[in-house]
Amino acid sequence: MSRSLDTLSRRSFLTAGALVVGFSMVPRAFAQLVGGGEGGAGPKVVAPNLPGSLKSAPILDSWIRIDANGAVTVFTGKVELGQGIKTALIQVAAEELDVPPARVTLVTADTARTPDEGLTAGSHSMQDSGTAILNAAANVRMLLARKAAEGWGVAEDAVATTGDGRLAGPGGRSASYGEIAAALSLHVEAMPDAPRRDPARYRTMGRDLPRVDIPAKLAGGAAYIQDMRLPGMLHARVVRGPSVGSRLEPLAIAEVAAMPGVVTVVQDGSFVAIVAEREWTAVKALRRIQNAKTVRSAPPLPAGGPNPQGVVEALKALPSRDIVIQDGPDRPANAAHTVKARYTRPWLSHGSIGPSCSLALFQDGKLTVWTHSQGTFDVRRVAAQLVGLAEEDVHAIHVEGSGCYGQNGADDVSADAALIAKHVPGRPIRLQWMREQEFGWEPLGPGMVTELEASLGPDKRIAAWRHEVWSNPHNNRPVGAGGVLAGGEVPNPFPVPEGKPIPMPEGDGSRNSVPLYNLPNLHVVYHFLKDMPIRVSALRSLGAHLNVFSIESMFDELARAGGIDPLDLRLAHMADERGRDVIAAVAERFAWRDRPQPDGRRGCGMAFARYKNLGAYCAVAMEVEVERETGRIRVRRAVATVDCGQAASPDGVRNQVEGGIVQSISWTSREAMSFDAERRTGFDWSAYPILRFKDVPDSVAVHVMDRPGQPFLGTAEAAQGPAAAALANAVADATGVRLRDMPLNPERVRAAVGVI
Amino acid sequence: MTMTLTINGAEHRVEAEPDTPLLYVLRDDLGLNGAKYGCGLGQCGACTVHVDGRPVFSCLTPVAAVQGRRVTTVEGLGSPGNLGPLQQAFEQEQAAQCGYCIAGMIMRAQVLLDRGGSISDADIRNHMQTNLCRCGTHMRILRAVRRAVDATGARTSSLEAKP
Ligand code: FES
Ligand code: FES
Repeated sequence: MSRSLDTLSRRSFLTAGALVVGFSMVPRAFAQLVGGGEGGAGPKVVAPNLPGSLKSAPILDSWIRIDANGAVTVFTGKVELGQGIKTALIQVAAEELDVPPARVTLVTADTARTPDEGLTAGSHSMQDSGTAILNAAANVRMLLARKAAEGWGVAEDAVATTGDGRLAGPGGRSASYGEIAAALSLHVEAMPDAPRRDPARYRTMGRDLPRVDIPAKLAGGAAYIQDMRLPGMLHARVVRGPSVGSRLEPLAIAEVAAMPGVVTVVQDGSFVAIVAEREWTAVKALRRIQNAKTVRSAPPLPAGGPNPQGVVEALKALPSRDIVIQDGPDRPANAAHTVKARYTRPWLSHGSIGPSCSLALFQDGKLTVWTHSQGTFDVRRVAAQLVGLAEEDVHAIHVEGSGCYGQNGADDVSADAALIAKHVPGRPIRLQWMREQEFGWEPLGPGMVTELEASLGPDKRIAAWRHEVWSNPHNNRPVGAGGVLAGGEVPNPFPVPEGKPIPMPEGDGSRNSVPLYNLPNLHVVYHFLKDMPIRVSALRSLGAHLNVFSIESMFDELARAGGIDPLDLRLAHMADERGRDVIAAVAERFAWRDRPQPDGRRGCGMAFARYKNLGAYCAVAMEVEVERETGRIRVRRAVATVDCGQAASPDGVRNQVEGGIVQSISWTSREAMSFDAERRTGFDWSAYPILRFKDVPDSVAVHVMDRPGQPFLGTAEAAQGPAAAALANAVADATGVRLRDMPLNPERVRAAVGVI
Repeated sequence: MTMTLTINGAEHRVEAEPDTPLLYVLRDDLGLNGAKYGCGLGQCGACTVHVDGRPVFSCLTPVAAVQGRRVTTVEGLGSPGNLGPLQQAFEQEQAAQCGYCIAGMIMRAQVLLDRGGSISDADIRNHMQTNLCRCGTHMRILRAVRRAVDATGARTSSLEAKP
């Protein structure tokens, strides 16, 4: 065994510990950090010189604790949404601490235990939390080595970690992390440049660690909030009209309250919920009470419905605040070909497979809320305001739900559960929305319009580029009770906050509206429309889905006009080295130069974007076959390359990008929330169809670029835009017909291309 | 009403209204998490279980109708610490993102495996058509089912090879 720490006096540790604690007096609040890059209240920046979320939580033991047995607990303010973040963060911590990943336990967002890192959104988790944990772990490893060196009386650089949770020094000295940590205070502020491990010697990062959350999900383990069963728990269902802006009348409250097994019917203003001993009783009571007339309680929904003309009319009728993002022209343009085009996207549902669910318990003046929201700390803020408690008296805990892809009903259902719990103290309340409530009441991904005009010069280079985008805010994350449905239903309703744009470079409707390409005479305008005729908020990739679709479609439209290969036109305008690499790599892996020539049915397309121009680089190439008789698009193969900096878990990245491609094909080729003046009419999977197995690609191959030691770049949303544009470009290549309005569904494709 | 149910080979007595969908009895009375509420309409497959070896939507099946019949849930195929062969194939392919659809996918696919015989990729797609996934995990799910089919096929053909 080791000579370890017995040789060190406990006193020297305490002295050293006391010294560093003095350090931890942190400077107070600077600017507001918008955690997750979207709304959310976001934590204050207190240490602007530190990387990632250490900026707002600089003390090491808020991130990492090591017990006397050497077990490591890592705390993150981010949450698992099925994107595999738990596993990736465990890999990050294990690597920089130099311990086996099995030694690490990860605690995700919990207002009583973890740092507030704002939202888990916007592909920010690796950048914010991954970077914080990486640097916190490097700090901790440095402190462990320093402490051991002091005790052994050797130079700090003579102490090394061995990968198994031990430190080794000259002459066979050895000590476990637990022994050293027992006398080391981690309640100290991180320093910005603690030495990091050499990427060439990584043991855990960059490897495909099996995801820690998967086994339970395969075998019925308790994996989801829906699986929580607390002692004495009651089941609730909330009563609302068929969709936002409607209510039911009259409500048979007395009749339902008298049903056996119904505990109570909560009424608080126009908020109504049924609480029952058994779930099926609550469902039956809900079905009974829903047997009523629908009354529209808000202005009618836009008259034109979800078709392209309807989207354009609805949006262009709204007052606009025009935000100039790029102010061209900057030189005379000599145009040989000019293309003008309008592209549209309808309103989309998040379409979570599991409707939103939350649990809440109000007891002894304190409220606990279990939530699958992306903003655990926001759930606390909202619930506190809604039920009239101090924030300290509300404890919000994240528990995983069904995939959300943005702001689905998660925040609303948590507020609903909190309000019900307040009325039924002492009993845990489990509330799950019904399928039609999720479709009818969640905020949708906004409908959008772009208009582009671009010119190709006689030198076959782009001479001018104009991009205008019309969009509602995508950024309506609730930070107070006015942002959730229940906040508008209680007796003194909380006003709905006015929508605000997210400033560039992240942007919301404007996200990715500035092409990464080198383009002269570049003019970009965001027509920001704060009034929302349809309830909307964040859907995975926000405006990047339509903006990238538009930009990358236009590239192919220009290429066609100028008789240039789409690959060459892209490379000719891409100065960013990593962007070029990703495009070149996808071309090579797809065998772009040897691709099948279009024959009226088969065709190929490619597209590229760097997410937000500051996240991951992603290029997608697709080969499609268009059944002209039916209008059905079959994706034969999709190939993608992605550069996300150092990949913590390459297979995790592949899983996200594969999923992003399939989901984007579904959005782009299938989906539109339908509605009439009175209500949304896409209330189930037959009225809101999504891609099923027979229509997914024959193959999807994702290649992750090797970028050892490079900063993490958010990946989870990077494929949405490129996949959409690659699909449209492949259809245009195959048929010669350019489709600019989503969805490219069979009816539209058949009508546009006709039968040869 | 008191009913006796056979779930994953064990008998359970439950007290429930006879029209209660099997889904709620499995989840709320028996504490089984595998079958999920997705739509309650027979449209998504998240609630898929087997009744006498056939796939059914437990959200649409009244509990009274399964008395005296064999019900199998994903818990009957293995546990998180001891995964069954099909679950292992999903683990090997890392075939889950949020995973909410996956228990239903596994129960659906198991029927195909049980049927045996030669199974093409198109057969797998056709068979899985009833089940929805929103995360876009389809490619991995297809690979996992293929992997399990091949493993079963290998077992079958090695048996067949014997005289
Ligand atoms: S929950 Fe049963 S099919 Fe959707
Ligand atoms: S893995 Fe999330 S719905 Fe299928």
